Amino acid sequence: MLMMLIRRIMLGIVTVSLVSLIIFAGVEILPGDACTQYLGEYQADDELLAQCRKDLDLNRPALERFQEWAGGAVTGDLGTAVDGKTKISTIVGDRLKNSLLLAFCAMIVGVPLALLLGVITGLWRDRKPDLIASTLAIFAMTIPEFVSATLLILIFSIWLGWLPGIVLTSASAPASEFFPEILLPVIVLSLVMCAHIMRMVRSSVIEVMESDYVQMATLKGVPYWRMVFSHALPNALLPAINVVALTIAWLLGGVVVIEVVFNYPGLGRLMIDSISDRDLPVVQSIALIVASIYVCVNLAADLLTMLANPKLRTIYTRK
Amino acid sequence: MAATTATSMVSGNRVVTVLKDLASRPSGAIGLTLVIFHVALALVSPYIVPFDYKLQNSSLMLTGPDAVHWLGADHLGRDVFSRTLMGGREALLVTGVATPLAVIWGGFIGILFGLVGGRLDEVLMRVVDAFLSLPWILKMLVLIVTFGTGVEVLIPTLAFFYGIPVIRIARAATHDVIARDFVWAAKARGHSRISIIWRELLPNVLDTLMVEGAMRWSWMLLAFSSLSFLGFGVSPPTPDWGLMISDARGFMSFAPWGVIGPVIALSSLIIGINLTADALAKALGIDRAQKAPM
Amino acid sequence: MTTPSFIDVRNLSIGYTSRAGETVKVLRDVSLTINRGESVGLVGESGSGKSTLALAALGYFKRGLRVLDGQIHFDGIDMLDLGRDDIQKIRGGRLALIPQNSGQSLTPTLRIGQQVAEALRLHSELEADEFDHRVVELLTQVRLPDPAALISRYPHELSGGQQQRVAIAMALAGQPDALLLDEPTTGLDVTTQAHILELLRDLASDRNMAMLYVSHDLGAIARVCDRVVVMYAGEIVLQGSARQVLKSPRHPYAHGLLASIPRLSQQSLPVALDGRPPMPGEMINGCAFADRCGIADSTCTASPPPLVPIDTGEHVRCFHPGKISQLPRASKTAARKKPSASGKPDAALVMDDLSITYAKPDFLASLLTSRKDPPATVEGINITIVKGETLGLVGESGSGKSTILKSIAGLISPKTGSIALEGQSPLTAKVEDRPAVNLRQIQLIFQNPDDSLNPRHTVAQILAQPLRLYFRLSGDDLRQRSIELLEKVRLGSHYLERLPSQLSGGEKQRIAVARAFAAEPEIVLCDEVTSALDVSVQAAVLNLLNELKTQQQTTYIFVSHDLAVVKAISDRIAVLYQGRLCEIGPVDAVYKPPFHPYTDVLLGAVLEPDPEKAPKLSADDVVELSPPAQGCPFQRRCPKKIGTICETDTPPAQQMGGGHVINCHIPADDL
Repeated sequence: MLMMLIRRIMLGIVTVSLVSLIIFAGVEILPGDACTQYLGEYQADDELLAQCRKDLDLNRPALERFQEWAGGAVTGDLGTAVDGKTKISTIVGDRLKNSLLLAFCAMIVGVPLALLLGVITGLWRDRKPDLIASTLAIFAMTIPEFVSATLLILIFSIWLGWLPGIVLTSASAPASEFFPEILLPVIVLSLVMCAHIMRMVRSSVIEVMESDYVQMATLKGVPYWRMVFSHALPNALLPAINVVALTIAWLLGGVVVIEVVFNYPGLGRLMIDSISDRDLPVVQSIALIVASIYVCVNLAADLLTMLANPKLRTIYTRK
Repeated sequence: MAATTATSMVSGNRVVTVLKDLASRPSGAIGLTLVIFHVALALVSPYIVPFDYKLQNSSLMLTGPDAVHWLGADHLGRDVFSRTLMGGREALLVTGVATPLAVIWGGFIGILFGLVGGRLDEVLMRVVDAFLSLPWILKMLVLIVTFGTGVEVLIPTLAFFYGIPVIRIARAATHDVIARDFVWAAKARGHSRISIIWRELLPNVLDTLMVEGAMRWSWMLLAFSSLSFLGFGVSPPTPDWGLMISDARGFMSFAPWGVIGPVIALSSLIIGINLTADALAKALGIDRAQKAPM
Repeated sequence: MTTPSFIDVRNLSIGYTSRAGETVKVLRDVSLTINRGESVGLVGESGSGKSTLALAALGYFKRGLRVLDGQIHFDGIDMLDLGRDDIQKIRGGRLALIPQNSGQSLTPTLRIGQQVAEALRLHSELEADEFDHRVVELLTQVRLPDPAALISRYPHELSGGQQQRVAIAMALAGQPDALLLDEPTTGLDVTTQAHILELLRDLASDRNMAMLYVSHDLGAIARVCDRVVVMYAGEIVLQGSARQVLKSPRHPYAHGLLASIPRLSQQSLPVALDGRPPMPGEMINGCAFADRCGIADSTCTASPPPLVPIDTGEHVRCFHPGKISQLPRASKTAARKKPSASGKPDAALVMDDLSITYAKPDFLASLLTSRKDPPATVEGINITIVKGETLGLVGESGSGKSTILKSIAGLISPKTGSIALEGQSPLTAKVEDRPAVNLRQIQLIFQNPDDSLNPRHTVAQILAQPLRLYFRLSGDDLRQRSIELLEKVRLGSHYLERLPSQLSGGEKQRIAVARAFAAEPEIVLCDEVTSALDVSVQAAVLNLLNELKTQQQTTYIFVSHDLAVVKAISDRIAVLYQGRLCEIGPVDAVYKPPFHPYTDVLLGAVLEPDPEKAPKLSADDVVELSPPAQGCPFQRRCPKKIGTICETDTPPAQQMGGGHVINCHIPADDL
């Protein structure tokens, strides 16, 4: 058990280190550097460029800078933005908080709903509840987020006037001030994630319901719902852990489009803005943060699966 | 000779049977119809559109649907119906080329490392993990911002990043197949590595890759239209659904017809691809949840 | 209408709707009665509908299946007309099922104790605080070791035999009046199977239960059943007392089935039952068995025969039960050709001190821990195989027999020792490094043809592979040779364009045999080649292999867990336990005393389809995961262990004469 734990954590660390290397190398390999990218738009003269490079310490060898950057990142110091003054940790901090808030809200709506629908559609396979929910899920999964967001704004905000269609709260405002503006983005996000998780849970439930042990439980005289809850679901929901984790990681890193549509001040929009502004140091930092979250969430899911699955758990404890 | 003709005959049969099975399922029939319709439309739309897609007419700005302009006009007075008909061409071209490229390179690397195994494989999987842990949009935008938004940039960028998850799938499928006895049998007979990959492995991994390709295609379309929507895809005045939705959104409160056309067009194509992918998986017997009663 | 029997199935037809919309019958007009204290065996090949019938007795039908006609009663209760609550009370209570594969029938996330206690909660009057005590009692009753500790275990931590015992304990928890057993010992090792059957026999007689025992294994049926019902293509074709049915079957199918079983008492090969049963839904005008029957005539194909009683008391679905005696009882190719005994026989293959280890060092694990190497999977194998002979390798699962074959084929590198072909220098370990001629000389046939034939290749492509590789054949030559090979395995040229999924199990294995013989090999390695097949098909494959051997002068190494099969086909036999050789010698010597204690245990556990023969159980059926570090491999289970010498010293090879060697510390005279 401990061996496995150490192994997984070590692999996680290796992955994050590789990510940082890829990010750093990526920026180095691309034509130009942070300063030409940043100042290029303004047809900067050599003097300004030189000043900028001096501010950002770009004249030192790449390896040295990587060490400093990576070393700083470990201690939480992400350096400064391309203007050489603003601390990246301050910019990113607020945005990260907002992204976490959005992800958290979407999760508490989406995950329970997805599990419930997945179980229902799986148990009532090929019957009305399943056909309806599965068809809706295909729509929710396939229609681009900006399309569904646009439609929801059109309906709930413009036609019905129930919910605000755009977020106007500033990035540094406390979480409570984001209500009710946050509701529409939460609805869109939870719809999409709900559809993904539901489909996976459904097929897992169907597989388990056809297993020999569920048949055996039925033939042992276990009442249907008792069989579902004590024999089928514990096994059917195990694989859901990893899918939920992937969705959480996606919520925390990839919801750029939603944030743009709703003008929500999260990490995603900061990412777009920094890319548009060619602020490479900020982009690097966001990439590293998002990747670390991805790795951590997946690691947590793996450990949880190990704890919940007696097969995996006992391999390492007994013997 | 005899064996080669036999191969082509049988594989021909198989394609026919799979297609028949596909078309006999409701999801497959609907999905295929949608996909074929869109592809055909993309090919002929330039010749059948009623108006020039870039013709601006200030007198028509944001006018509603009527008998001449079926879906009204946009904020520059261009005919929305004509633009909607043509709005998928760029997307289909880019994703239609990038998807097979992604499946081929991802599949190739995945199979290769699945076979090699060992330490090298471990290292590769960590690199794949690392790439997957970065948000897709960030990876793409950095390249697009640096190199521009032309088709010649979008195709390789999409193909590269969407090939990475294929590596994983192909590798797992390879592991499944090489553990089976027919591969051991070929090894024991002393066939060369190339022959084993070509004859034993590929035909069995290909099904998985095809389903994977169909799924990737729909995701890639999602990504492409999202990029357009964010203003990093197709450059105006080329009509594109994502871009059209983005443009029309601002006037949605008083001219909602601007979004309806492209929304329906884009959604129907992606749904069509997904339905086809689902049905294909079932027809090839990959979906585990689908079993005959006996 | 008479009062129903205890278990009473009347005129039952079950079917499903095919994708084409037609109703396909799986069971056709089946009637079956079982009384209290009676145990009935239900026999048939796979697909005959026997499991469907057993589950139907519980009022349970697999997804898609439905009752078309008929009634099912249990103790006077109409099982088809019961509400959910009532049927739940009966299932697992008065009427309990013991499933085929307990490993998959126990819920993986629940502890053993929880699963047995659940049956108690549902079907007994006990209070919750008495459960633990009763669970231990039940586990003890099914003869599980250390039941108190087992309670907190999960199913995957148990061996197959232990899992099966837990399933039995679970069935007993409800104090059942009747047991339904669905192939309860299939897939278990011979000794385990014999032990489980003895347990079931004892339980049935103690509790006066009614038992329905479903199996394709007539040996198991003979051991536990009073009455036997034979099914074919969804119909009952013969029923009667176990003695009558097994000793003198009065239906040609039952006769064929019995004749196809290899027996220890027989020297000859079993008689093959050619052809295959009709698919469900296939149109049959007359008798379903007519096209495979040796005594069928025009009446048989004109109309279906009814199930009628005959003078000896059985019920038979046949127009000509009197003509059964015309059918052959033993194989015509009975006389197996012995390898040329004249002069010093040439060696075909020599294994010299062969040891093989499976251990894969994990990079990280090796960094963090310093574990010692476990004992080798296979060790100290010295066997010389004579040209043209068949060497049988027997042993239970984990005996290393398949590992040795893979090593000869070059798929696993030995740790030490060498393998050499006739008078040549040793073969290189890895298949990649072997010269083409050596590769051609050794061919391997696998256990499961579903897995060993590429599902994407046609038969033509499958056969073309060795023909192109070894003989560079192409075009018409290739086709001609492929057809020859097909004819050799008794399949026609119309099979060339078929895919494996369009073939039956037996046909697939024939293709696998044809593929091996395409190489014109000197040595063919057969790895459990018949264990995935039905008995009737098994006999056909055995006959085919024997025929090919006579034609081609091939040498076989034949691996199997079935001692009767090995006896039927082999000239010489090696008995393996935990990767070590226990005994080797000519068939007649090995199957006669003196025995190595392990051979004795194995032979004692063999079940023959004869109600008068009881197995002799001399050792328990504990499953060992790895061989002991030193001494005799069988020391922990040996019923004749003589002392510490068995634990410390490797047993000496005692020469019994005629090439018969027993590795044991016990003097030959006492064995």
